[in-house]
Amino acid sequence: MSGATATAPLPRQALYLAWRSVIRTARQPIVIVPPLVFPLFLLAINASGLDAATSIPGFPADSYLAFALAFPFMQGALFATNTAGANIAQDIGTGFFNRLSLTPMRGASLLAGQLTGVLLVGAIQAVAFLAAGLAAGVTIEAGPLGVPVLFALSLIIVAAFGTIGLFAGLRTGSGEAVQGLFPLMFVLLFLSSAVLPRDLIAQDWFQTVATINPVSYLIEGLRSLIITGWDPGALALAFGIALAIFAAGLAASVAALRERLVRT
Amino acid sequence: MSDAADTRAEAGGRAGARTRRRARNLAVVRTVAWRNLHSVIRTPALLLPPLVFPLFFYMAFAGGLSAVGNLPGFGYYDYNAFQFVFVLLQSAAFGGVFIGFSIAADFDAGFTRRLFLAAGDRSAVIAGYGVAAVVRAVFVWAVVFAIAVATGMEVGGDGIELSGLVGLALIVNVAAFLFAAGMMTRMRTLQAAPAMQLPVFFILMTAPVYVPRDLLQGWIETVSRFNPATAILEAGRSLMAGDPFHVALAFAAAAGLGVALAVFARRGLRKAEAAG
Repeated sequence: MSGATATAPLPRQALYLAWRSVIRTARQPIVIVPPLVFPLFLLAINASGLDAATSIPGFPADSYLAFALAFPFMQGALFATNTAGANIAQDIGTGFFNRLSLTPMRGASLLAGQLTGVLLVGAIQAVAFLAAGLAAGVTIEAGPLGVPVLFALSLIIVAAFGTIGLFAGLRTGSGEAVQGLFPLMFVLLFLSSAVLPRDLIAQDWFQTVATINPVSYLIEGLRSLIITGWDPGALALAFGIALAIFAAGLAASVAALRERLVRT
Repeated sequence: MSDAADTRAEAGGRAGARTRRRARNLAVVRTVAWRNLHSVIRTPALLLPPLVFPLFFYMAFAGGLSAVGNLPGFGYYDYNAFQFVFVLLQSAAFGGVFIGFSIAADFDAGFTRRLFLAAGDRSAVIAGYGVAAVVRAVFVWAVVFAIAVATGMEVGGDGIELSGLVGLALIVNVAAFLFAAGMMTRMRTLQAAPAMQLPVFFILMTAPVYVPRDLLQGWIETVSRFNPATAILEAGRSLMAGDPFHVALAFAAAAGLGVALAVFARRGLRKAEAAG
C-alpha cells in the first residue's frame, strides 16, 4: 500500500479497501455462486413442495412462491456472515491484516471496506432473487416503489449479518470458526416464520421460538412488500431490528478490531 | 509323498492362505473403523453436526409445518412420524456422505495413501470407513428416535415393520457411503466435498419431503415421480405407519442403487491405486 493511501482521509481509505474487497469477491466464483444457487434451489423446492399450504385457512397468499420469495433474501443475507467473516479471517491468516495495522489506516475504513464486498454479493443476490420471482409470475403488492424499499431492507440485513461475520472473524482469526457460525444461522432461519406465518404454526413451542427469533420479523418485513403491500408496522420492525443488529454487530466488531490491533 | 497327499497339502495351504488373508482384511477393516470412530468421539466438531442436523431438521419441519398435516387429502396419521422418516433417511444418506469427508481429509493428510501401502487388499480400507459410517448412523438414529418418541411422535408400525424401516435406512446409508467413497477416491481432496453433497441433497429434496406426492404441484411433482428416493421414502413412511406399501420396490431401488454405487466406488478405488 502506498504512503498516499495510508495517509488518505477516511472515505478514500475505505474506498481503497472496498475496491480490494469487491475485486476479491468478484474473483472468487465460489463466494458468489453458492449464495445465489442454494437459495434459488430451495425456493424452487419449497414453492412447489409446499404449494398445498396455501389451502390452510387464513394463509395470507394465493401463491406459495410469492409467500416464500422473502426466504432466499434472508438466506442470502445469512451467507453474508460467512463471507465477511471468512474474508477477514483470511486476511488475518495471511498476515495482510498485520501489515495493514502497521500503516495509519483507520479501523473504520477497514470495516467499511470489508463490508463492501459483502454488500456487492447482497446486491447481486437481491436482483437475481427478485428477477427469478418476477419471471415465475410473482407480483410485488407494494408496486414499483416497493422494489427499492425491498432492496434497501435486504442490503441493511446483509450488512447487519455481515458485521456479525466480521466480529467472529476478528475475534477468532479463524476461517473454520467462522464456518461454524453457519449452522447457527441456519437454525435462526428455520426456527422462524420463514415457511409458515406465525399465527398458522400449530406447535406452541415453535410459535414461541419464532416469535422470539428476530429473523421472523426481518422476513415478515421483506414479505410484507411482496404479498401485503405497504405494512408500516412490519416494515418498521424489520428496519428497526436490522439496524439494531447492524449497530450491535458494528460495535462488537470495532471492539474486536481494537483488541486484535493491540495483540498485533 | 503321493500325488493325492500333495494335492491335499496344496489345497490345505490355499485354504490356510485364504483364512490368513481374510483375517488380515478383517483386521484392516476393524482398525480403520475404530480409528474413525475414535477420532469422532474425541472431536466434538466431528460428532455434533451429524447428530444435531437431523434433530434440528426434525424439529424445524415437524414443528414448523405441523399445520400442513391437517390439509385435506394429506392422509397420513401423524405429521411428526411423516417427517421423522424423511429425517431418518436424510441422516442415513448424509451419514454416508460425512464419512466421505473423513476419507478426503485422510487423503489430504496422506494417511490414506499410507494405509493403502500397508493393506494387502485396499477394499478393506474402504470397508473400514463403511463400517464406521454404519455405526455412526445407527447411533444418530437411536438418539433422534428416542427424542422423537419422547416429544410425542406416534409409532404406527410393529417391530417387524420398524426393522424393515431401519433396514431400508441401512441400505441408503451404505449406498450413500459408496457414492461418497467413489467420489473421494477419485477427487482425493476435501475441496471436492460439494461434489458429493449436492447430488445427495438434490435427490433427497426432490422427493415428497413436506407433503405426500398427491399434494405436490408443479415441476417437483414430475421429478418426484422418477426419483428413486420417492419409492424409498414412501415405503419408509408406510412401514412407520404399519401399512406397508410397495416395500419390495423400495428395497429393490435402494439395493440397485447400492450395487451400482459399489461398482462406482470400486472403480474409484482402482483410480486411487493407479494415482499412487
